[in-house]
Amino acid sequence: MKFDSPATTNPIDRLKVIGQPLDRIDGPLKTTGTAPYAYERHDIVADPAYGHVIGATIAKGRITGMDLSAAERAPGVLAIVTAQNAGTLTKGNYNTAHLLGGPDIQHYHQAVALVVAESFEQARAAAHLVRIDYKAEPGSFDLHAAKGAATAPEPNDLTGPIDTHVGDFPRALAQAPVRLDETYTTPDHSHAMMEPHATLARWEDDELTVWTSNQMVAWSTGELATTLGIPPEKVRLISPYIGGGFGAKLFLRADVVLAALGARAAGRPVKVALQRPLIANNTTHRPATIQRIRLGAERDGTITAIGHESWSGDLDGGGPETAVGQTRLLYGGANRMTSMRLAVLDLPEGNAMRAPGEAPGLMALEIAMDEMAEKLGMDPVEFRIRNDTQVDPEHPERPFSARPFAQCLRLGAERFGWDRRNARPGQTRDGRWLVGLGMAAGFRNNLLMKSGARVRLDSRGIVTVETDMTDIGTGSYTILAQTAAEMMGVSMEQVRVVLGDSSFPVSAGSGGQWGAASSTAGVYAACVKLREEVARKLSFNSADAEFVDGEVRVGNRTARLQEAAADGDLVAEDSMEYGDITEKMQQSTFAGHFVEVAVDSATGETRIRRMLAICAAGRILNPKSARSQVIGAMTMGAGAALMEELVVDTRRGFFVNHDLAGYEVPVHADIPHQDVIFLDETDPMSTPMKAKGVGELGICGVGAAVANAVYNATGVRVRDYPVTLDKHLDRLPDVA
Amino acid sequence: MRPFTYERATSPAGAASAAARTQGARFIAGGTNLLDLMKLQIETPPHLIDVNGLGLDTIEATEEGGLRIGALVSNTDLAADARVRQDYGLLARALLAGASGQLRNKATTAGNLLQRTRCPYFYDTAQPCNKRQPGSGCAAIGGFTRQLGVIGTSEACLATHPSDMAVALRALDATVETVRPDGTARALPIADFHRLPGDTPHIETALEPGELITAVVLPKPLGGRHIYRKVRDRASYAFALVSVGAIIQSDGSGRVALGGVAHKPWRVEAAEGEMPRGAGAVAGALLAGARPTRENAFKITLVERTLAAVLNEARG
Ligand SMILES: Cc1cc2nc3c(=O)[nH]c(=O)nc-3n(C[C@H](O)[C@H](O)[C@H](O)COP(=O)(O)OP(=O)(O)OC[C@H]3O[C@@H](n4cnc5c(N)ncnc54)[C@H](O)[C@@H]3O)c2cc1C
Ligand code: SF4
Repeated sequence: MKFDSPATTNPIDRLKVIGQPLDRIDGPLKTTGTAPYAYERHDIVADPAYGHVIGATIAKGRITGMDLSAAERAPGVLAIVTAQNAGTLTKGNYNTAHLLGGPDIQHYHQAVALVVAESFEQARAAAHLVRIDYKAEPGSFDLHAAKGAATAPEPNDLTGPIDTHVGDFPRALAQAPVRLDETYTTPDHSHAMMEPHATLARWEDDELTVWTSNQMVAWSTGELATTLGIPPEKVRLISPYIGGGFGAKLFLRADVVLAALGARAAGRPVKVALQRPLIANNTTHRPATIQRIRLGAERDGTITAIGHESWSGDLDGGGPETAVGQTRLLYGGANRMTSMRLAVLDLPEGNAMRAPGEAPGLMALEIAMDEMAEKLGMDPVEFRIRNDTQVDPEHPERPFSARPFAQCLRLGAERFGWDRRNARPGQTRDGRWLVGLGMAAGFRNNLLMKSGARVRLDSRGIVTVETDMTDIGTGSYTILAQTAAEMMGVSMEQVRVVLGDSSFPVSAGSGGQWGAASSTAGVYAACVKLREEVARKLSFNSADAEFVDGEVRVGNRTARLQEAAADGDLVAEDSMEYGDITEKMQQSTFAGHFVEVAVDSATGETRIRRMLAICAAGRILNPKSARSQVIGAMTMGAGAALMEELVVDTRRGFFVNHDLAGYEVPVHADIPHQDVIFLDETDPMSTPMKAKGVGELGICGVGAAVANAVYNATGVRVRDYPVTLDKHLDRLPDVA
Repeated sequence: MRPFTYERATSPAGAASAAARTQGARFIAGGTNLLDLMKLQIETPPHLIDVNGLGLDTIEATEEGGLRIGALVSNTDLAADARVRQDYGLLARALLAGASGQLRNKATTAGNLLQRTRCPYFYDTAQPCNKRQPGSGCAAIGGFTRQLGVIGTSEACLATHPSDMAVALRALDATVETVRPDGTARALPIADFHRLPGDTPHIETALEPGELITAVVLPKPLGGRHIYRKVRDRASYAFALVSVGAIIQSDGSGRVALGGVAHKPWRVEAAEGEMPRGAGAVAGALLAGARPTRENAFKITLVERTLAAVLNEARG
């Protein structure tokens, strides 16, 4: 089915099941520990061998010698895989460095060997017996030092244009009566998801099956085939349960390749989980940025010049962190410029993490907006609304499909008690605490991806949905079941959803907050077909048939749905694709984030007191799971604001704090009270579901809202994330 | 983890002599630190002696009016003990500021005293570290030092002792009771228990090889206000950037010990004489001769400000 004109009324609009705050259907499995994650498929393979990954201990250089003999003789060892004995491996399209390194080393903890043994403990012990000699080479590890040599990267689908110019930015800036020119930095971030990358691999002759934890089943199936040099149809990838990903599991990673190679070498199924201390340096991360923002405005607050430049680094051949993308669309202003520059760094490869580009970009832009509002003597909410736009400011011929941005901010201000904020910072006390309120805009584009599904009706009236869509803890199972239930007029109990198998129709997968809207649209398309099949089977005119309460009705004739499958299952498969509808109109999602913090006047510790997000993201398919997405994202945004930082050792070229003791993410005590309100909205330009994504909208802007609240509390502006106490301690206001 | 042998000791003296029989043997109590280090092969004991069955898990009143805390008393039980809460609030608060409920259920008094540093380079066996591998160098010097020590550091090591409990014990002037492999017992003042790194950062305490901690003894209660302030980036489940343990009497005199600044819980008795002159004077005397790095120089300011807040709270 192709979507190229606005959605009209359809069965989803009945909202009997869609739009209801239903519990997640996989919830009981998760809360009882019975959801079978990749590393726990004892039901499939009772006696796998275990692999332990060895990571390179230099950042750049060569392996000059490897002595495997002691490890090979160690108890239980079955095989040791290295680049030398693994055969030819081809690098995939989505990873920058080789997933099995050697002799050349491209980054710290690049996998260089897998030790396979009868037990996990034996594999781990033997791994410590492998002796590797390296010749280290000097590398470039410091973004600040490499910034001067950064160049314009090649544009591609992910980056969009590298530089944009509208009007005469330099002149408008020079002539603006009120100006801002500041530089902000965001550090490298780790996804830090709960479940590590993990894979169980089994060969049957030349056919490979991997049970793994991956957000994008079709991409990674193809990449695995490419990497191993085998036909894609010989690879089956199964990923039904994923313990968090946040972008870390968008791509094929070393666990999958090494499990497959290990299983081949050992001649039996092998499972591999990346050890936690390897994950930060072995896999991908959100790259650090340096961002310069220049704003010029009239005294009434109208922006006349807006400029945003960003520098980031990556391995040779990698890409930039697209931190300026949102600035192209969020605020009006006749004169504009954005640009991205990329430095070559020999650190582990950067890639997508929840709201890639948007999250760090808005962390900078939305502090700049706060600073500018203060210079103008305007309220930060009003300043943003003053510069609202209903069209793409770089391409005014493109309207937004829907843009209730001002509503988000106004409703947020009202619900949060924004009028109680003292515009003068450092003035509000509560005992030993300095109290501050801050806000920021949240803004993330709505991406749509082609997505397919197969639906089956059986003689008991059970509707089964099969798609390679994944559920990374987001609630995909539930919203896909809701979609099928609504379309087929059955209860949730009548629907089965089976996900994450490469033998199923290719879906959008989970990433870029495109999953919910795109994959439900795919199920919608398949259900439209199944409805036609059912109607035909029951000799109804399908256009008039109503599917409700397990029945099919036309006029006063009624049949039970399952009768259509009386002499065999009915199966329909289709996908939803998109015409140029997204090019003609800009589809985005919006939020207003409001935060109250307290800063200890003595120690400078910041503790969040409450958070509110007002979100506009089209139809909310399930308010309960959508809320969970947003509060999780707000938590991650709070982490980025206050504590998360992969610390680079710029001499040795690696992230030093590479475990969950060193890389701090928020704990319960950091997140006291969160509220989420969704605007009642539908966007008929998105899909027949009229829904858009929320999972990344929730993080966009949160970091800046926290940072602005800290400023409001202390009067000390910190422009380098995370906003830790050492950055404002010696400038805190005196408290009598 | 290297293969190891395991035995359950049946008496304290037996445990100590067993430990002396196998070079590199370790006692295992709660295992919350030792097992993690063994998995990473930072610790590679060939033999473990389980001391959980020694009956050292009670808290008893001493003749002097203090408490004798068995080495195996869990951090949870110790923090919940009514006598501790009543008379040694500093200790209860320090314990509860550490780790998490689950960890405190397993963690023991002796194990807590002997937990090892959280220097990130100590944890990465690919990096040189004099503490982990004597003579290999110190990767932290010139590297990431935000969390590391500011005083009593050496050219060989900048690490801190991460325990919260030990800071309280230092302020309380506790005594560590032990039994040696030859069966003799001794008592070490807490002040002499932990060592500065010097050029042997791998030797962290005054314990002799095989020496077993049997108890920690608290002197009779001091009265006063007991305050423990732990400063950290997140609100819970993090080691201290800096912590201040204080016992302040109504006349303004008192005791102060610091965590997060040195290779041992840091107390300078002479500095406490500065109390009448205020937090700045006390902190100045406590940290005289500090040699922070550029990254952790903030700890000097942080100590002074936190101490001022603590003294303020004690007065209030
Ligand atoms: C995630 C995490 C967070 C933590 N956070 C904090 C924190 O915030 N603050 C804090 O203070 N601590 C914290 N800890 C550390 C925790 O307090 C220690 O791990 C615990 O106290 C160690 O006690 P244990 O009984 O488990 O020791 P073990 O791991 O059993 O032993 C530790 C060491 O003590 C030796 N030992 C044990 N008993 C004896 C004895 N009787 N005589 C001689 N030697 C002995 C062992 O041989 C070993 O070398 C944290 C730990 C973890 C894992
Ligand atoms: S500071 Fe001490 S523990 Fe850390 S690397 Fe140096 S020697 Fe090792």
